[in-house]
Amino acid sequence: MSDTTLWLTIAAAVAVIVATKLAGHLIPPSWVSSPKITPIVSLVSVALLAGLVAQQTLDGGHHLVLDARVAALAVAAIALWRKAPFIVVIILAAATAALLRYLGWG
Amino acid sequence: MSVSLATGLYGISFGALSITAGLDVWQTMALSALMFTGGSQFAFIGVIGAGGTPISAVLTSGLLGIRNGLYGVQLGPLLDLHGWRRVAAAHITIDESTAVSTAQTTQPLRRMGFWWTGVGVFVAWNCFTFVGALVGNALGDPRAWGLDAAAAAAFLGLLWPRLASRTAQACAGVAVVIACVLVPFAPVGVPVLSAGAAAILVGAWDARRTPSADAEVPRHE
Repeated sequence: MSDTTLWLTIAAAVAVIVATKLAGHLIPPSWVSSPKITPIVSLVSVALLAGLVAQQTLDGGHHLVLDARVAALAVAAIALWRKAPFIVVIILAAATAALLRYLGWG
Repeated sequence: MSVSLATGLYGISFGALSITAGLDVWQTMALSALMFTGGSQFAFIGVIGAGGTPISAVLTSGLLGIRNGLYGVQLGPLLDLHGWRRVAAAHITIDESTAVSTAQTTQPLRRMGFWWTGVGVFVAWNCFTFVGALVGNALGDPRAWGLDAAAAAAFLGLLWPRLASRTAQACAGVAVVIACVLVPFAPVGVPVLSAGAAAILVGAWDARRTPSADAEVPRHE
């Protein structure tokens, strides 16, 4: 992707988010008061984030691979389960993958 | 303040991972200052870093940002702001400021909680993004430092607090399966967007199982 394309993509994505935030404050609450909307929106967040986890962990460029990232993700899951802060989770995952690769795996 | 500081620390990982994904320092800062919603920013650089198309990057970050719009609907009457204050409030309408504001009992406290948290997180998020971007620039080969795995962990960290209910867990499971099935065939970016369909599948299934959706109290993550 060229630098110009990347800037234009950033501008478009920013415009979508800014419009979404403004719309929330400006449109009458009665338009979106259906109790069915909120659960679906929170599920959309869950589904997209889960999809991103899968892609970021297993994607080997048009095929699935099991490498150091899987081990790192397991360590991250344990850290999250033990209620570690976000930054600690990230550092532990990075350190796991870096160490495994230094040792010659994945 | 503790909320601001904790959230600001995510900024370091975002800044470093954004550089790893191929953005420069200015592009990274533009996202933090102008988009200013962590989940969508991580999603954007995730799709770009994987080589996805501009459309899939904009769609993925946009869909993850819909909840900010719903927060605004909820906050509008509670804060009762007008003119430029309303525009400024919209910009800092995120998970944290909404959670703190709606937890207060009176309007002055709601406003105070909203502004302090929103502005605090904004300042911290942008400062730490900048630090993270400089760190990312200095690191060199991202794989040797495990930064690709760190990106996966970041998404898991954003997902984790949303997995409280069985419905959410089922939805995440279906989403992972959809993404994995599509990765070998579909263009980059499409597997993640398609995983979003899990929300519709599981949401419809859940609505039929429990006909009164009103019983479910909306949560703030």
